Amino acid sequence: MNAIIVSALLGVVMMFSSWIFKSERLQKNLALVGLLILIFANLAQINGWYVVDINTKGMLAFTRFGLYANMLLFILTFLYLFINAEEIEAIGHQAADFYALFFFILCGASILTSFDNLLMLFIGIEILSIPLYILTGSDKKNLLSNEASLKYFLMGSFSTGILLLGITLCYGAIGSFQLQAPMIVPSKGIAMEQYLLSAGLILIFAAMNFKVSAAPFHFWTPDVYDGAPTVFTGFMATIVKAAGFIAFIGIFHAQAKALGNSWELLLNFVIIATLLVGNISAVFQRSVKRMLSYSSIAQAGFMLFAVYGVSDFANEGILLYAVVYSIASIGIFSVLVKMKDYGFEAFNGLGKSNPLLAFVTTVFLLSLAGIPLTGGFFAKYYMLNAILTAGAGLWIVIIAVLFAAVSVYYYFKLIQAMYFVQGTPAIKEVPKTYTYKLLVLAVLLLILGVFPNLLFNYLYF
Amino acid sequence: MPILNYIYLCLTLFSIGVIGVLVRRNAIIVFMCIELMLNAVNLLLVAFSKMYNGAAYLNAPSTTIGIDAQIFVFFIMVVAAAEVSVGLAIIVMMYRNTHSVDINFLNRLKN
Repeated sequence: MNAIIVSALLGVVMMFSSWIFKSERLQKNLALVGLLILIFANLAQINGWYVVDINTKGMLAFTRFGLYANMLLFILTFLYLFINAEEIEAIGHQAADFYALFFFILCGASILTSFDNLLMLFIGIEILSIPLYILTGSDKKNLLSNEASLKYFLMGSFSTGILLLGITLCYGAIGSFQLQAPMIVPSKGIAMEQYLLSAGLILIFAAMNFKVSAAPFHFWTPDVYDGAPTVFTGFMATIVKAAGFIAFIGIFHAQAKALGNSWELLLNFVIIATLLVGNISAVFQRSVKRMLSYSSIAQAGFMLFAVYGVSDFANEGILLYAVVYSIASIGIFSVLVKMKDYGFEAFNGLGKSNPLLAFVTTVFLLSLAGIPLTGGFFAKYYMLNAILTAGAGLWIVIIAVLFAAVSVYYYFKLIQAMYFVQGTPAIKEVPKTYTYKLLVLAVLLLILGVFPNLLFNYLYF
Repeated sequence: MPILNYIYLCLTLFSIGVIGVLVRRNAIIVFMCIELMLNAVNLLLVAFSKMYNGAAYLNAPSTTIGIDAQIFVFFIMVVAAAEVSVGLAIIVMMYRNTHSVDINFLNRLKN
């Protein structure tokens, strides 16, 4: 509750702060302090202290898992803003407007981690998405940004319509929006309620797949990620996607049983299609930004493993995967922001001219590929464990590992360009401090690669 | 009237909206079709609400069962309004740069 209220308030404060603080440096510091306040407010709630103690009447349920997920999302946003603030200031007239939108997105994310009612799921997804449409189109004179924004908006509201129809059909079957409502068990044959419930859940499934950009519904992702300003792509691909997955898990860990055996069939199909489309398309991309957006589809395929069934591995795994993937992606997009050109050739010879920057980029790429000693390895390990504990066949694990091997190809193409190809990189002036900030992210990845447990200690104690 | 008729009506309206989104090329018309989808859902929610309320009303006339669906309708309307304000702003921004609202123009990102 604290996180929802405080983030909404901070959003409003940031919105008006550009009247008082003309300096963008002050606005940035205000946003960072605001994020710290948000983190402490959330921490306070974990320890049982409330800003306002409201009976939510079953609309929201605050679990340790949800609150901890909030905390991780806030910390990731803090890291993201800490590194990228200068680039955000370069885009619009007032950076404070964008910071306000970030706080509103975090408000939506903290609803998504704690909803217990389909109404709150809908509200959360909308609060999360609407600021994103604005962020995507924030580069107003750039036609690509306009196009991405319009496309994202039309597709996004279309999928909202699908989600709403799904929720309505579920309501028609159960008579309640409550997530933990009693399931319909048909006494003989299949009653109409069972039809309504299955159709509704499948529609919700489709809409959630759209939000996390899983395969049959991924077509918007490359265009939108490519067209949006690169800093904001870094935010959309990481924190927003992680929040979407936590909502996805929240609803389908509770209700998937209503679909019976067809649930596994459905999810297997989506997982394999996502891995296939994401990895194979990424191989053929010439632009690094576009390659990363396809790779984010492929990573979503791995994160879908946690949706399969309830287990400790699924809960821990999704947090670890979200954190590791977000850190690596924030890092790699922060490097990309500094490039003048997004082709693979732009990275030629980066290892010679900026050795430290090339090193951190390598760590991010290795982590995305899931090489041991980086966080990505354990994240993938937990995910595979999650799907095996949930009772899936071994064959899907083998397919996933094979596709992870494919992903190594396109990540290493970039590493190869940096170290083994002669040339001058098309890179802007990178300040020393910027590289050191990225080094912090790389060190975090390496620490999580050796001690992934550090992340979970707080989940239980 | 049986609830099935309402379901058929709403699904028909919803499908008209979906087909409109897929077929029409004008951004504003596509947008209107999305609104049609949302309103079809609103109608269905109200029908379900009345169905549950009517069943409970026979036993206890002061029942509030089914009210939550009607409240949901208000939330959908408010969120749709928020979406309209953002969406129209995006369409206007697009129009200023290209002097067209045809979504066939949206192919620069493909290659």
